[in-house]
Amino acid sequence: MNAPTGIGASVRRKEDYRFITGQGTYTDDINRPGQAYAYFLRSPHAHAKIKSIDISAAKSSPGVLGIFTGADLAADKVGGLICGWTVTGKDGTPHKAPPHPVIALDTVRCVGDQVALVVAETREQARDAAEKINVDYQALPAVVDPAATLKSGAPQLHAEAPGNLCYDWDFGDKAATEAAFSKAAHTVKLDLVNNRLSPNAMEPRVAIGEYDRATDTLTCYSTSQNPHVLRLIMCAFIFGMPEHKMRVVAPDVGGGFGSKIFCYAEEVACVWATRKVGRPVKWTSDRTEAFLTDAHGRDHVTHAELALDKDGKFLALKCSTIANMGAYLSTFASSVPSYLYALLLAGQYTTPAIYAEVKAVFTNTTPVDAYRGAGRPEATYVVERLVELAARQLKMDPVEIRKKNFIPPNAFPYQTPVAVAYDSGQYALSMDEALKLVDYKGFAARRAASEAKGKLRGIGFAAYIEACGIAPSSVVGSLGAGVGLWESASIRFNPTGSVSVFTGSHSHGQGHETTFAQVVSDKMGVPIDQVEIVHGDTQRVPMGMGTYGSRSLAVGGSAIVRACDKLIAKGKKIAAHLLEAAVEDIEYDKGTFKVAGTDKSVNMQQVCFTAYVPHKYPADLEPGFEENGFYDPSNFTYPAGTHIAEVEVDPGTGHVTVAKWVAVDDFGKVVNPMIVEGQVHGGVAQGVGQALLEQVIYDKQSGQLLTGSMMDYCLPRAEDLPSYTVATTETPCPHNPLGVKGCGEAGAIAAPAALMNAITDALGVEIDMPATPEKVWRAAQTRVTRQAAE
Amino acid sequence: MYAFNYHKPKTLAEAQALIGKLPEGKLLAGGHTLIPTLKQRLAQPSDLIDIGGIAELKGLTVTASAVTIGAGTRHDEVARSAEVKKAIPALALLASGIGDRQVRARGTIGGSLANSDPAADYPGAVLGLGATVHTTKRTIKADDFFKGMFETALDEGEIITKVEFPVPKRAGYMKFANPASRYVMVGSFVAETAGGIRVAINGAGPCAFRWAEAEKALAAKFAAASVEGLKHKADGLNSDIHASAEYRAHLITVMTKRAVAQAGG
Repeated sequence: MNAPTGIGASVRRKEDYRFITGQGTYTDDINRPGQAYAYFLRSPHAHAKIKSIDISAAKSSPGVLGIFTGADLAADKVGGLICGWTVTGKDGTPHKAPPHPVIALDTVRCVGDQVALVVAETREQARDAAEKINVDYQALPAVVDPAATLKSGAPQLHAEAPGNLCYDWDFGDKAATEAAFSKAAHTVKLDLVNNRLSPNAMEPRVAIGEYDRATDTLTCYSTSQNPHVLRLIMCAFIFGMPEHKMRVVAPDVGGGFGSKIFCYAEEVACVWATRKVGRPVKWTSDRTEAFLTDAHGRDHVTHAELALDKDGKFLALKCSTIANMGAYLSTFASSVPSYLYALLLAGQYTTPAIYAEVKAVFTNTTPVDAYRGAGRPEATYVVERLVELAARQLKMDPVEIRKKNFIPPNAFPYQTPVAVAYDSGQYALSMDEALKLVDYKGFAARRAASEAKGKLRGIGFAAYIEACGIAPSSVVGSLGAGVGLWESASIRFNPTGSVSVFTGSHSHGQGHETTFAQVVSDKMGVPIDQVEIVHGDTQRVPMGMGTYGSRSLAVGGSAIVRACDKLIAKGKKIAAHLLEAAVEDIEYDKGTFKVAGTDKSVNMQQVCFTAYVPHKYPADLEPGFEENGFYDPSNFTYPAGTHIAEVEVDPGTGHVTVAKWVAVDDFGKVVNPMIVEGQVHGGVAQGVGQALLEQVIYDKQSGQLLTGSMMDYCLPRAEDLPSYTVATTETPCPHNPLGVKGCGEAGAIAAPAALMNAITDALGVEIDMPATPEKVWRAAQTRVTRQAAE
Repeated sequence: MYAFNYHKPKTLAEAQALIGKLPEGKLLAGGHTLIPTLKQRLAQPSDLIDIGGIAELKGLTVTASAVTIGAGTRHDEVARSAEVKKAIPALALLASGIGDRQVRARGTIGGSLANSDPAADYPGAVLGLGATVHTTKRTIKADDFFKGMFETALDEGEIITKVEFPVPKRAGYMKFANPASRYVMVGSFVAETAGGIRVAINGAGPCAFRWAEAEKALAAKFAAASVEGLKHKADGLNSDIHASAEYRAHLITVMTKRAVAQAGG
């Protein structure tokens, strides 16, 4: 018997053969006839006036086809980069979105800012020429720290944003929260830094611009997570041209983690420059440029407080956050520390009053935007560090305090005090499963064994909540989003029964070619190898919104189901005609149309063939077997779960070993358990990276990036990570047809809090991420001093 | 990378002749520092003289009293050598922990020493064992070889030919690696040699150096506990985003203690 391939089966990833044998087609594998190469001259200063740019020597450098500055783009009326989500502040005014030129005009505001574009016959020649461009800079003082940038006297980045303030925003019921705090038996306070991260997709960004004179059409090949959104932004806001004259192709993409959602200067510049030089223009980022220009993640400074009654019941939570936006507002930057953050501050708990205020600020650093989890890891980190600290201060078991405050399973749908209404959840179920898997009862013995070796052992929890598949469009619109967040699918049966599925979702590592094929195979009764998934090309795929926020299966998968349902409905009519029965009497099950109560049936292949060769066909029915589905969810989905980390700390060196990791996640229905487990592994790895190893560091005086290579920016390696124990509980999403919730970001959301709670449990001292060896060693010293004093 | 002329001499004499007449030329051994520097356009040599094809620089000889390693010998060969493992296990261990598999397959002992990167491993063994560095001109004692950050006693055009390590009574090497680069943040090579106890510290200062206080304490009693109460000064040690001088000073004690324990003390 063949291995199962339907919903719920761990089907091996169809795409992996081509990836692991080096046969994938990434953007850098695409080379167009006559292609020329772009090199960007970038600012060496964090903040400077450009007094003049002299390109005379560079112009005659061998191989040069063109050298362009901000003035050239301005002369062609090329618009600047935009932010597609307007956040309205406390005072009712929209956020400040200062101009973000594709190439700097008269000021550079971060190291790596684009100063000039050189196009030449080869990449080396373009770089040689760039070195001959003479830029006269007047260096200005720089500020990189999000708290420092708000101080009076701080260097000012934009005339449009006085005090470097992008917005001062709040959410929740301030009065109710303050009232709850005033009568609380206990208040727990914590200051936290959520460290700035560099996304580091394995494949750096690449862009090719190409102009076809015959059709007057531009093509942009790009490493994008959402080609249609990129096309929309470029056509509507930057070039002012009709969308049918622009094609965006995002082929195989090697990781995104959010950083490839955005519209970047380089792709715009390549698309513009191709007509200037009359040749296709290609730019490939190197790793240093990736560190300098890929939008960073996180970078929050937060003060948070939790109010509790005498029994440890949460009464209120408040927090005040400064969020670093970097030098300019990236495409969706404004939404991350506001709506994607504060709306998740209820966590898994019944906390009745919540108030958050967020100041978003500009600094002389790379723009910050969505990175795996985007706002939700920051919220979980605040909530779960506070909860753990509360347990410690009230001398309660960290499990007990959580269970006491969990939203009970019979309370769903549950309206939180921060706007969102959770659709479903069984939080204690995931927690109990995790406790069993980690052997919580055995922890004391494991701690004693570690101590006998001179090591400190700690255990930490994160009971996280996530909101995936941001929706519905009407709600996100009311919150300031400039887009709708639905998804599309088009399913085309070919006459002999194979299927092409065109999805608006985009796979850059998620395995859509497998998961989506499983859904279609299961619904339509077609063998999985007869299902092809097509994505990433605006010329082939209907308008779609792309992949981010763990939305692909919940939203894109639901659109596929919509299209399947339409095909099945049409198929019933065809089957009824073929079987000479009434449509109402046709029963459908996994590819078979049957007359109820008889053994008369036709299969999907016969129905499909009849639709294309309609010799015997209903008179009032259109031929063909192809349908579109568009799906706009009625709510977010709310995956949740418990992660438990156990660590062993070497107090002599401060080295932390992650000894155990248990993840019990509730993603609703799971289509492919193996792919889901892989997503959890990857997410936890990035979360462990954030908690232990990763941080973008700028020099506070000069604004230079000090972590501009893998020599200094520390990504987790296999040896830094434990063997994970991964399990799921299943509470189906009640409002989408597959019952799925999304799994891509959960690991990165849960892991930092779980790991830091474990490390601080071992140390008995609260510290910030990343828990570098020196920081942990210093904390261990504090512990020793304190114990001696006691 | 800027353009350069490439030479691959077959003999040491040819290499010497080339480097003598090419003042802007650079010697290329394993290339693990030079090639990344070139790729970043941080150096612009007119010529690269690849000494990787010179047979005279290859090979390992182990006798009862010394391990002699040709300058062009790859780290991996030292790490895997059964004879080295038997004669000076700490040296084989050190070589097995340099960089990663790819680095060990290309990097050479001569290249590592000539570069004198403060975060390199081999300087710890050379100084800790009191090795002798042989060059095209002379022999240089370990204690005279390391002069500072990326600075050695080598003259312009002088090429390391081999390194002679005396076999110690016992030795140990422990390092704490930089979490990002995995270069040495602090390493300690401890050896009981015919000439007495030697403790060499790498990673912590501008170049490898000896820790006299620990040598004295270990000479009195070769035991981890002898080092326990010792504290190296933080003054003059390296300080960067990964580790302050104070933390490095602390790690010197910890790594030395653990190296002694590894050596059986």
